[in-house]
Order: sequence, then C-alpha cells, then structure tokens
Amino acid sequence: MIYIQAILTLAVIGTGLTVLLLVLAYFFARYGTCKVKVNDREPFEVEGGGKLLDALYDNKIFIPSACGGQGTCGFCKTRVLSGGGPLLPTETPYLTEEEQQCGTRLACQVKIRNDIEIQVKPEFLNIKQFVATVDEATMKTGDIREIHFKLQPGDAIEFHPGQYVQVLVPSKKETIFRAYSIASVPADQDSIELLVRLIPKGLGSTYLHAIQPGDQVTFTGPYGEFILDQDPEAELVCVGGGVGMAPMRSLLRHIAQANPQKKAWLFFGARTTDQLLYLEEFTKLQKELPNFKICYALSEPEKCPDWNGETGFIHLAVEKLLEKNDNPKRQAFLCGPPQMLEAARNTLTQKGFQDCNIFADEF
Amino acid sequence: MEIFTPGGPLLIFLASLFTSNILLSKFLGMCSFIALSRNMKTSFGMGIAVTFVTFATALINYGIHHGILAKGSVIFPDADLTYLEFLIFILVIAGFVQFVEIILERFIPSLYFSFGIFLPLITVNCAILGVNLLMVDPNLNFDLFKTGVYALGSGLGYCLAICLMAGIRNKLQDADIPEPLQGLGSTVIITGIMALAFMGFTGMVELG
Repeated sequence: MIYIQAILTLAVIGTGLTVLLLVLAYFFARYGTCKVKVNDREPFEVEGGGKLLDALYDNKIFIPSACGGQGTCGFCKTRVLSGGGPLLPTETPYLTEEEQQCGTRLACQVKIRNDIEIQVKPEFLNIKQFVATVDEATMKTGDIREIHFKLQPGDAIEFHPGQYVQVLVPSKKETIFRAYSIASVPADQDSIELLVRLIPKGLGSTYLHAIQPGDQVTFTGPYGEFILDQDPEAELVCVGGGVGMAPMRSLLRHIAQANPQKKAWLFFGARTTDQLLYLEEFTKLQKELPNFKICYALSEPEKCPDWNGETGFIHLAVEKLLEKNDNPKRQAFLCGPPQMLEAARNTLTQKGFQDCNIFADEF
Repeated sequence: MEIFTPGGPLLIFLASLFTSNILLSKFLGMCSFIALSRNMKTSFGMGIAVTFVTFATALINYGIHHGILAKGSVIFPDADLTYLEFLIFILVIAGFVQFVEIILERFIPSLYFSFGIFLPLITVNCAILGVNLLMVDPNLNFDLFKTGVYALGSGLGYCLAICLMAGIRNKLQDADIPEPLQGLGSTVIITGIMALAFMGFTGMVELG
C-alpha cells in the first residue's frame, strides 16, 4: 500500500507540473507567426519568440553586427517603429538619449513577440552573404598579408570603394565576425581582395593568415558610409599607414580606372622601408595620371640609409605638400592608427577641409 | 507567541540570516556563489532571485509536505512518505522556476532581463533545495508562518553573503595575490574566513 501511495504521489506531482508548464508554454511562450516589416518592403513572416537580428539574417538582411548577437558591440542599431516592447537594460549603454527617443534599439536584444515594423538604413538592404574561395595570398610585409578571394560563379558584389566586409570566423562557440576593408576595385565584381595584419592571438587575423588557396571563406557586405565625390575638381586626399592602405588602394585604383582626371593625393606613413606597401604600383600610377600625386614618408629614416623620400610623421608631409584650398567638396579619407589620424585630422582642418568631409576609419 | 523566545519568528529570521546562514554554515549553493560574485550588480540580482524562489518554493513545499508526505498528512495520514522529499522538492523548484521564467518573460520583460536571466541557474541551486529540506525537519517543528520567515531569512542570508563576497572580490582586484591562489583559490579561502566571522554570532541567536 505504501508503495502505491509513493508512486501515485510522484506520478501526480510530476504529471501535474509537466501539464502546468506545457499549458503555460502553449499560451504564453508561443507568439505564433509574426510579421516583420522592413522599410517599405513587403512584410515577411517569422516564427515568434526569436531575436530580431536572427530573423533579419534568416531573411537575408545583413545588418552589421561584430559580436554575433551578444549585445556587446552595439553595431546592430535598428529603428523599431512599432512592436518592439520596452527598452532593455542591456541596450541602454549603447544608445544615446536621442536614439532612445526615436526608437533605436539593438536588433540582437529585441525579441519578436508580435508584428513589428522596423527601419534600417537603405544601404543595409544591399548587403548580401558571400562564400568565396581563396585563390592567391602573399605576404606584403612582415605581418601584412594580401589575400585574393574569388566569389562563387554567378555571384557579384557591388560596393563603393572605401567600404568593408565582415568575415565569418569559424568558431564552435559563437558566431564571430571581423571587419576588413576591401582593397580591390568595384569593377571586379567577381572577386575581392583584403589586406590583413596579423595580430597575435587575434581571432580574425590568425584565421585569415592561416587559410590557404582553395579554402572557402564566408563574409557579408558591403558595409561603410563613405561615398566618393565624382567631381574631378573635388580633390580626394588619402592619409594612412599600415593596413590602412586597403580602402585607400581601392579608392585610388577606382579613380585611376573610372575617373582618371580626378585630383587625388596619397599620403602613406611607415616606420621603415620594409613596411612600405605598393610603392612601385603607385609610383607608376603617378606617372600615368595627370592629377594624382603620392607621398610616402618614413618616421625612422635613420634605419634605412638608402631612402631618399620624405621623412618624419605623415601629417607633417601633409602639412608641407598639400595646398590650402577652400573647395567645400574636397574629401579626405583617413585610415590608420588613432594617433596618426588625430594628427592628420588637425592638419587637414588647417588646410581648409570641412569636418564633415573628413572620413576616418580607425583601427 | 513571543517573538523573542527561542524559536520565535524574529530569532528564526536572525538565525537564518547570520548564524545558520545557508551558504556559510552549510556551504550550500557554492557554485553560483563563486561564479556570480564577480560584480555587485550581478550578485545582487542573483541574491534577490534566490530569495524570491526560496520563499515561494518553501511555501509550496510546506503545503506538499503537510498535505501529502508527512505522517498525519491530509491525503495519506497513515503513510510516511518523507523519503520522497528530495525528488519532489527538486521537481517543484525546477517547475516553479520555469513557471516564473515564462510569466516574467511574457509580461514583465524589463524585470526578466534584470533578474530573470539568473533563473535558469537557480533550477539546480542546492541552497534552495537545502532550505526546503531543512525547514521540514521535525525537530524544528515550523508552522507555515515560521517556514516563510525561515525561507525569507535564508534567501536574504544568501544575498547578503554573495554581495559581501562581491564587495571583497572587487577590492581584491588590485591586490597582489600569488598566482596559484588567484581566482578560485582566494575566493574559497575568503569564504572560509567569512564563515568564521558569521559563526561569531553563534550563541546570540539559535534556530529552534
């Protein structure tokens, strides 16, 4: 008798709890199919209960996210017009007062519980996911590798020079993306080229330095807001160092191909001669194009006795060689270490550049 | 009912908070205590979550104990089914935690994100099961009110201990600790010293 009572007790309590939870889950944890409306597009349907970011990825809308939905990078900002629920404490550190007021949220933290209407930047809708094969990789300096990827047949990537892609770094634990600027020109739509500097223990760079021709890499893109002014009289001034060369190389080769009359400057700073990138290529380009000028400068020339170019920090070379000019359409593209960009920005402001026309990509 | 007599509600509360602190006298709930005491905000969230779940499950399990399991219970007065406590209490705790999680996430998402994220960790928290099993000890002979007081005190005791630990670990961040003792090692030693300090209250208040 006592055993029957025991079994009965266990069974009743066990089943009771299970049924209770199932009923609860059925009524409360199920959100049914929800409609997600993005900008003016036709709404798509998703199973409720998931994260907005995942739903967008599943529907081929690749908004930037460097942390893979952990809520730690703050890149996936999206304006939620309706149906997003209250702002969560996990989001507030990344949003300014102004953004909070106009409904900006982190897409990785918003759960889809009902029909939702969001607004993403129109350029994000052009972002696609690509699978590409490495077809060539060469070391350009001691730690910078130039990697050339071929997209799958039929795929084409459309981008503006100066934009970047996010490479998927394989990982068992989580989705990791790392951003790299595109070094190739927009005209080559079936391939891209990246410049990657090896950072010891860095997840993305060690991965991209280890892959060999034939290996496949997944990336999404293009991202980035720099738009080149097409006016040939509107000078483009590129200032950078190290792997900052990648977006500048894309910009300058694009100009050489598509707009050879456009005025352009390349200022490239390095410590010693073995850190110089594409000096021969750009020297040749300088001879071919009427309005293109380059300046490579070494900050430690004493170590390189056969160097006869500019010396000193690169912003000093800008100061010396660039003429002052008030053309409001002049653009500057800076890409390099923060201190270099800070100094270059000050110099450019003195040279008459407007703040909104100085685009900086720090790393 | 005199609150200051031995076994009175106030003394039960103080005893469960200090001298019989579930964490420092029984060393139950150590895994979450060590894992989540890195910063004060997390510790406090965890402490409050534990307090809430301990209190609520203690009341439910009190009902189950006296309604079904104990000798002289309402449903099976002749049988002593207390050996099932372990199994049934943990089921109730796990079920309750799931219940709260579903409800919170649906209706109060902001609360869910500030303290609900600790709920899954609580499902198998031994401090809560410990409180549930200790409170039905026939020697203590707690009624419903005293059970509630004891559970509340124990939960707050856990919260107190984990918050103190977070404070100490915060101070220790700049300390020059020998490498073998960094992290877990020093934490366990500190827990021992804290337990000694809490035992200093012994004799002032006693459970039951």
